[in-house]
Amino acid sequence: MVSFSAVAKRYPGGQEALKDVSFSLEAGELAFLTCRSGAGKSTLLKLIPAIERPSAGSVLVNGQNVGALKRAAIPYLRRNIGLVFQDQKLLYDRSVYDNVMLPLAFSAHAPKEAARRARAALDKVGLLGRERANPIQLSGGEQQRLAIARAVVNRPALLVADEPTANLDAESAARILDIFVDFNQVGVTVLIATHDLALVARYGKRVLRLEGGHLSAGAK
Amino acid sequence: MRAWLRQHVQAFSSAVKRLSVLNALVIGIALALPAGGYALLESLRPAGARLALEPRLSLFLEPQVRRADAEALGKRLRADPRIAAVRFVPREEALKEMSAVQGLSEVIGALGRNPLPDAFVVTSKEDLADELARLPGVAHVQADAVWARRLAAAAAVVQLGLALLAALLGGALVAVTFNTIRLQILTQRDEIEVSKLIGATDAFIRRPFYYLGLLQGFVGGAVALALVAAALALLNREVSVLAESYGSAFRFAFLPAAEAAAVVLFAGFLGWLGAQLSVSRHLRAIEPR
Repeated sequence: MVSFSAVAKRYPGGQEALKDVSFSLEAGELAFLTCRSGAGKSTLLKLIPAIERPSAGSVLVNGQNVGALKRAAIPYLRRNIGLVFQDQKLLYDRSVYDNVMLPLAFSAHAPKEAARRARAALDKVGLLGRERANPIQLSGGEQQRLAIARAVVNRPALLVADEPTANLDAESAARILDIFVDFNQVGVTVLIATHDLALVARYGKRVLRLEGGHLSAGAK
Repeated sequence: MRAWLRQHVQAFSSAVKRLSVLNALVIGIALALPAGGYALLESLRPAGARLALEPRLSLFLEPQVRRADAEALGKRLRADPRIAAVRFVPREEALKEMSAVQGLSEVIGALGRNPLPDAFVVTSKEDLADELARLPGVAHVQADAVWARRLAAAAAVVQLGLALLAALLGGALVAVTFNTIRLQILTQRDEIEVSKLIGATDAFIRRPFYYLGLLQGFVGGAVALALVAAALALLNREVSVLAESYGSAFRFAFLPAAEAAAVVLFAGFLGWLGAQLSVSRHLRAIEPR
């Protein structure tokens, strides 16, 4: 599903976030990505939906070389990837329901089907009763769950989450991770970046450990 | 196909929601100036076209000149190679022509006798007014075409001025739209960034802004026409009183349908152009990081 081979990423300032990173994630797998320092982890995740391009090496998603994709092809790649951001990127000028509807606006679903999917996604994350609320009225955990609902509403085969449990209490964090595990159990490939090693240990899943731009564990 | 149509309807309705009445009004006022000026000029043109523009001189003879002397003078004029055409207007015919003019027949009737002299109408490329005035029996020479030519020249100047004004204000329309769209893009920055992250194509993101520019132009054009129509209606109330006192039914006419439609379409096009320029300049800057 996702395959990195000898990937390096240097930023224009000369800062080297990734050096020679190789790993692959099979379809249906769930893996955690942990990192000592903050930098490399977000970069690695951003390479998957082509938010950043690798300086060297290749990133394959579903067999497509993401680094070589034309600009015009990128939207179609991203539609197959559910992205959950560290800062959630919710839109506060509209309701919870409309936030989830956003990815459906440019898919080909009929309005009825789109509404059904949006409600199903909200139901999965336990926000069905909060449809009309503004995201600002939600708690931190609820906002994170809303971000997940928006990421999965198009039923992507791959789910990528950057620090989805940051700034959450243990109970909310566990609930978020449970949701990801649920998605994984129905066949979605999931990659979660987190610094919460205690939480990660509880699940007994594969852990990719990034240290100084290299993968020090879990590379396979 | 239905999905495509749905997306367009969606983009259009989001543009309608963001349409600013104030911006449309600014564009309308800007366009009303050249459109109104054009309407006024076009209304005056038929009156101007009736006037002879070829250089013509009227030679009025002394009242006591006899017909035979007048005919001799006519022969002499016709023999002159510089003169293209000569028409003799006997005083009886001049009187008849004059009584045909509305409002003057009563005046002439009141006079009792014919006050008009015999006259020649001479067409010549050269300015012979002074020379012809010295001929025996000629009382007065009047260059008919001079003021008509001046009027035509003035109309041409005004027309050029209107064209320049239209170009200038058309540019202003593009600039206003450019700025409106820029502000709109800035206020929707988060939405655009998120949309890009979750797989919206550039076309999808741009579409509402194109519609907004187009719509703003259209509405501005319609506002301009409404302003022109209102101004002409107001003006015509006074003009009709003035024209009737001259026995004329003159009114300023509204733009012909084709030209009115052209104003709206052109305004829409300029709005679209402004949106296009603004979108291509400002949307690229919003790339998710």
